[in-house]
Amino acid sequence: MNVEKIKAAHKLLAEFKYTPGKLDKGYANKSLYINVSENKIEAKPVTEMMKEKFTGGRGFGLWYLWNAVTPETKWNDPENEIIISPGPVGGITQYPGAGKSLVVSLSPLTGSVMDSNVGGHFGPLLKFSGWDALELQGKAEKDVVIFIDGNAGIIRIEEAPEEALDSHLLVEQLYEIYADTPEDKRNISVVSTGAAAEHILYGMLNFSLYDTRRKAVRLKQAGRGGIGTVLRDKKVKAIVVKFKGVKGNLNNPADFAALAKTGIKMHKEIHAGDDKQCQMRVRGTTYLVKIMNDYDLLPVCNFKYGSHPDGNKIAAPKWIENFNIGKADGCWYGCTLSCSKVICDYELKTGPYKGQKVVTDAPEYETIAGVGSNCGIFDPQFIIEANFYCDTYGVDTISFGTTTAFLMECYENGIINRQITGGLDLRFGNQDAAMELLHQMARGEGFGRIAGLGVRKCKELFVREYGAGAAFLNDIGMEVKGLEYAEYVSKESLVQQGGFGMANKGPQHDEAWLIFMDMVNNQLPTFENKAEALHYFPMFRTWLGLVGLCKLPWNDIVPENNAQTDEPAKIPEHVQNYVDIFNAVTGKNIDKKEMILQSERVYNFQKVFNIKMGFGTREHDKIPYRSVGPVTVEEYESRQDRYDSQLKELLGMETEGKSTEEKLKALREYREAQYEKLVDAVYERRGWTPNGIPKLETLQKLGIDLPEVVEVVQKSL
Amino acid sequence: MKKLVTKEDSCTACGTCELVCSKTYFKEENREKACIRIETANGKSKITTCTQCGECIDLCPAEAIYRDKNGVVRIKKNLCAGCFACVGFCPEAAMFHHSDYIEPYKCIACGLCAKECPSGAISIEE
Repeated sequence: MNVEKIKAAHKLLAEFKYTPGKLDKGYANKSLYINVSENKIEAKPVTEMMKEKFTGGRGFGLWYLWNAVTPETKWNDPENEIIISPGPVGGITQYPGAGKSLVVSLSPLTGSVMDSNVGGHFGPLLKFSGWDALELQGKAEKDVVIFIDGNAGIIRIEEAPEEALDSHLLVEQLYEIYADTPEDKRNISVVSTGAAAEHILYGMLNFSLYDTRRKAVRLKQAGRGGIGTVLRDKKVKAIVVKFKGVKGNLNNPADFAALAKTGIKMHKEIHAGDDKQCQMRVRGTTYLVKIMNDYDLLPVCNFKYGSHPDGNKIAAPKWIENFNIGKADGCWYGCTLSCSKVICDYELKTGPYKGQKVVTDAPEYETIAGVGSNCGIFDPQFIIEANFYCDTYGVDTISFGTTTAFLMECYENGIINRQITGGLDLRFGNQDAAMELLHQMARGEGFGRIAGLGVRKCKELFVREYGAGAAFLNDIGMEVKGLEYAEYVSKESLVQQGGFGMANKGPQHDEAWLIFMDMVNNQLPTFENKAEALHYFPMFRTWLGLVGLCKLPWNDIVPENNAQTDEPAKIPEHVQNYVDIFNAVTGKNIDKKEMILQSERVYNFQKVFNIKMGFGTREHDKIPYRSVGPVTVEEYESRQDRYDSQLKELLGMETEGKSTEEKLKALREYREAQYEKLVDAVYERRGWTPNGIPKLETLQKLGIDLPEVVEVVQKSL
Repeated sequence: MKKLVTKEDSCTACGTCELVCSKTYFKEENREKACIRIETANGKSKITTCTQCGECIDLCPAEAIYRDKNGVVRIKKNLCAGCFACVGFCPEAAMFHHSDYIEPYKCIACGLCAKECPSGAISIEE
């Protein structure tokens, strides 16, 4: 790498100087606005109204985006923004999982507002540099890098023609350029994407950290919804932040003692409990593969099935063999849950970097299930390779996995063929074809470009161009609102069907993962129970994204006595920890109830934002039948005993002598009606009309009845 | 390896070591700020202090903990990010913290407490 040459090609387009200040109880009280069309950089105040109504993180992102776009704005218009915000608790080092950034933008996949959460060091370093949020707008003429020096108080937009596009190279180059010494690398974090983001709609963002022990750059992903595609469209190659001097009190918390006490309690709990519980410190999220396979929840062959005899080939023991396990594998300081595992000296077998050895982030559960089992592939080496290339090319592994699985099913059903795929034999299990598809995305060639459109646009294309039947494609195309499903089979959990279908941004499990509560433990028998769960849990999880926290330390480790508490599924002690650390940082005095209210304000605002953009009503919460029940005879017959007994018990149907088609139809009618009942119950609980519009009284009660919000709602009521 | 070794049977729980330590470390006689802690239960003393096992070294996300040339485990305060992971994970519960400070602290086997111990319950082993 010729760093000097790369650096020499930089041309300064704009520079902005500011005086870095101290944070005040978790807030910088300023945000950074950068417009790359006009090369404009300015500071904006973060107002008391913003803190009161939107708290931070995702809330700030939504508010800025709302003010930036109109109902006519498209994802690739210059007005669209990418907002990155860590939240007021973000950057504390004492409590595990406190380095999250929330990213908000208009999505190329859904056309509406998207939020995506991500680890790595960028969010905290941005905040310590003096900014509660970074708002990026406009489109650069030529490729640029944005550089923020949080110690010197300098921000620059620099033309950057020579850097690589692919993240594993680009980010290393940028560390070489901007670090004063090798030791200085730990003070830098970069947001970037990769070559594929120019050609596909589900490009993602990498947020880096420097691994001082392995002397390598590590990448965490804001995967969902195509925000990497937006970054490339803006011709921003990367955003670099540098801040030296991370300490435990930089948030200037109101009560440092309480923060330290709560954090240490949690470290002790993980030290004592993780070995006996999820073993996240050793296995990361790979431990989920076996559980999902055992409970028929692991997506196999485009969500047709929930388990496979080869599931054990991609389960945790196989991953541990490949991991270079460290004791400090957190993606931010103080995360002792340490799930961010690493693979060292991996020799690439395909693509432009074939033969090179790399240090790469290990695949997480979603990736293993997405690019692996859901595509009928059970080879860890393939999954490592696909994960590496998705990361460096800037491809969301979930959308890639779910889209590829869909295409494979289309291929096996003759909806598409070799002629259409340009020679790719896209059978389930054909890992060479799947890998080639990925490389094509980076090159912007062949069928990779089609696959890069995502499930919804592929469906439309196949109907339009190849005369495919829309009904079947809509049944098996696993997307809602245009976003591809995350990797869990929801067929046997009505509540999870709702969790996916009614999620504001699309079918991602970070709003609600309720399969065990519902299906395994049967804790939600009535529609009232189900609706309550689909109110509480999405609100609670939204809160983590308002303040800058990770979900995993909430319930991937639990206190020893959790099972004896009133509501074990909520992990009451951990919720109280969150209340305590929020109050310790901000000096406010919220309780568990106010926490949910904070979320409800933002959640309803995001719902209204969807409506403003022309979405957000009941029709947009419709889900593909594949997520509800068996679409095909083959699927039904694979679990015939289960479905037959349900027909007998629930519908009093005599199944003997009935054809599978008749039974399929009866089951489908029943399950689809159940989903509609669930939607009714949840909308009512959330204070929405039967069409999914927040009622004015709901907005008033929550205090989010801003005039512009009310105006949108009144038009659609 | 230099370390402080303890003989709990000899300890009279007079607390001198704690005060010597906090005075040395923080210029203040306050047992809450000592790198050695004496507790008693059922007439017996329990002495908690670092065994220099070094478990915390690899655990530290900032690489702020290291073993010096004498084998003593030490903290580079300038690198410490104050996460207190080491406090929660110390197998001896001998990594201490006090909310007056943003970094943890631990026994560095300086031996000043052993010199003052009236009962010979603590001593430095080279």
